[in-house]
Amino acid sequence: MGRDVLLEMKGIVKNFPGVRALRGVDFTVAKGEVHALMGENGAGKSTLIKALTGIYQKDEGTIRFDGKEINPRTAVEAQREGISTIYQELNLVPFQTVYENMYLGREPRNAFGGVDRKKMITETKVILNDLGIHVDVTVPLQKYGTAVQQMVAIGRAISVNAKLVIMDEPTSSLDTKEVQVLFDVIRKLKARGIAVIFISHRLDEIFEICERVTILKDGALSGEVGIEEIDQLKLISYMIGGEAKKLERTKAGYKLQDAPEIARMEKIEQGLRLNGIGIDIKKGEVLGLAGLLGSGRTELAKVLFGATQPDKGDILWMDEKVHFKTPKDSIKKGIGFCTEDRKVEGIIPHLSVKENMTIAMLPQISKYGVVSKKKQSEIVDEYIKRLKIKTPSPNQAIRNLSGGNQQKVLLARWLCMNPKLVIMDEPTRGIDVGAKGEIEALIQELAGNGISVLMISSEMAELERNCDRVVVMREGRSLGQLYGEEINQDAIMAMIAAAAGELEKEGGFNE
Amino acid sequence: MSSAVRTKEDTIATLKHYSAFILLGVMLLLNLFITPNFFRVGTLWNIVTQTCTIILTGMGMTAVISTGGIDISVGAVMALAGIISAKLLDSVGLVPAILIAVLFCCVSGVIAGFMVGRLKVQAMVVTLALLIGVRGVAQLVNDAKIFYLTGDRAEVYKKLGTAKIGGVIPIQVILIIAAVAVTWFILEKTMLGRHIQAVGDNSRSAMLAGISATKTLMFVYIYSAAFAAFAGIVATAKIGAADGNSLGLLAELDAIAAVAVGGTSMSGGRAKVFGTVVGALIMQLINITVNMNNITYEYAQVFKAIIIVFAVYIQRDKAA
Repeated sequence: MGRDVLLEMKGIVKNFPGVRALRGVDFTVAKGEVHALMGENGAGKSTLIKALTGIYQKDEGTIRFDGKEINPRTAVEAQREGISTIYQELNLVPFQTVYENMYLGREPRNAFGGVDRKKMITETKVILNDLGIHVDVTVPLQKYGTAVQQMVAIGRAISVNAKLVIMDEPTSSLDTKEVQVLFDVIRKLKARGIAVIFISHRLDEIFEICERVTILKDGALSGEVGIEEIDQLKLISYMIGGEAKKLERTKAGYKLQDAPEIARMEKIEQGLRLNGIGIDIKKGEVLGLAGLLGSGRTELAKVLFGATQPDKGDILWMDEKVHFKTPKDSIKKGIGFCTEDRKVEGIIPHLSVKENMTIAMLPQISKYGVVSKKKQSEIVDEYIKRLKIKTPSPNQAIRNLSGGNQQKVLLARWLCMNPKLVIMDEPTRGIDVGAKGEIEALIQELAGNGISVLMISSEMAELERNCDRVVVMREGRSLGQLYGEEINQDAIMAMIAAAAGELEKEGGFNE
Repeated sequence: MSSAVRTKEDTIATLKHYSAFILLGVMLLLNLFITPNFFRVGTLWNIVTQTCTIILTGMGMTAVISTGGIDISVGAVMALAGIISAKLLDSVGLVPAILIAVLFCCVSGVIAGFMVGRLKVQAMVVTLALLIGVRGVAQLVNDAKIFYLTGDRAEVYKKLGTAKIGGVIPIQVILIIAAVAVTWFILEKTMLGRHIQAVGDNSRSAMLAGISATKTLMFVYIYSAAFAAFAGIVATAKIGAADGNSLGLLAELDAIAAVAVGGTSMSGGRAKVFGTVVGALIMQLINITVNMNNITYEYAQVFKAIIIVFAVYIQRDKAA
């Protein structure tokens, strides 16, 4: 191959309590190479990076960097070896000047032992000019946008003699022009022989700037290829494809043409995340939102639930225009939302299963603000039985339950309210196969009872099995819909991949 | 843990759960041996009487800390309530004087609740500002002078701090029982109580379950101010004078310590109402133990410090 190898990670294994986050991953980066690291949420990208930069300690495997084996225990150690990371949230001091940030923690001294500001200023200028950045280095960093701040972080990395720069989602908060500036800088790094690991979920960017791509899936290597060898479709299939289909689709055709509409969203815009998307959901329908990470699925669901506000656009609930200021409003109308991140946005960890399950329905089972113990227990007992929730007692703190059982409690939180629409964001993430089957059966049961389900899933097969209709999304837009048996992984991936050029013509994701 | 097998972890968890009670028991036992005349009725009532203000302020503090906040203005609010009620006593009568004083103090709670709940300012900073400001107002009310309670109405007022029911049980016992019962009822039996603990445990989840954090926070700070006001009035009645400068000084620290020792997490979540009561008793028991054994008071402070750190250490949440 003739690649001059800089970094070679071999057989990296990392275990967390209950999960094997990395199952023997190999990852190689050559000198001066721009290498993309791809994968969906939970694929192990960030764990791999953290194992490399000393934030986590790997359990097995070896890391060779620049000809010798390394074993960094802290980020500082990794940096000393020549590995620098530019994080999403930049760890700079915004109210200090550009040059102070450049030399943060390693300020040069003058003859009197004081800080040599002159040297800092001139050298900062040189470093940034070399990257093609021309700014006043003596003003506070916060005067400049995210892009310049990023350049300063990169400049910092180079000036400590980095041989490898890791960029974690560097473009997530940049506009189109700024992305080009960043790419110019990356090309300059490459020209100097500095390698870059580029993490992004924007496919177009990967194809523009990267030479090689390594794809992870479920903690294992899914593929490693040169960028010219593949197209977007192939890349997507590396990320999400090849899943074993143990569960089967249970219903045939699309029969909801005449069902009444329960909710409709029109021309929803929100920052750069949602770009005029509209969807409609019918009574008793399981509507899927398909798309890659960052396509705006969760953001759209949150707008519908009133958890965030759109900049523009309308929401109609049963043909009536509504404005959900907070989730409280939408819950009143009969919407429930099982969030993607159970820990952060779902469970109330120290409270009991009983309290977690009934937290949203308290107004209905309380008289003068006092909770009826009897009604509460009846409901909790019923749903523990119905959803087969495994807990030693309803009074057990929810954090002591397994992920699958926590998820069932959260589902019960909404089901006990007799909702009209339940939004489920990645309902089976981090759940074992058994519980997965139970939850999918439950979704069908709900739809059978006339409850609508808005389902978000990164697992195409899951959408294929459960949805009556799927809206395919990319960069906050709807690319089209698939009905009944049309829904399948290949069709969805083809739609996402085909949209690449189209969106570019419109200015892509950046307006 | 109904039918499950008891493991070592369960035993430790149970011990942790009752650690404040165990600590109190150990201290009582210790006193039985080292302190002469400790288990005389007079001594016990003494402890209760003196713990009253800590428990009253501690009840409000338990609710506030359960939401993940803190209220360090309670001492200043005590002073404000004491001085206002004492000053108004002669002109408007006892009950109106107390009501006006409590309402005035609730304004402080409204400010705190609005700033923390609505404007999302840090509770520590907001209540620090109130600590300074409210104390200032309390001093201004009577030109920073002590206001002595005299006259017929004053005699009735003083009963609030000195009366003994049936000639035996101090009135403070009734106040403590009432305050604890109300707080326990709110936190354990009502919707509001669930909301308070949910907001403190995971405010994002709570919001997504349709709970208004603003309203919940508003309530707890008003609740805390109202209880601080009652504590200030009881303290004034007991002393027979209101001093805007010194009344309730550092009372916030005792209240926070009682809550912490009682097992409510400083980062919010589960509220331990009875834990706070036990925590307050422990704090006061240290004072009395030291006092009755003729040890200088400074040692009491050192012991308190050790107990606080120890109690919080054994109750710490390893998973967090």
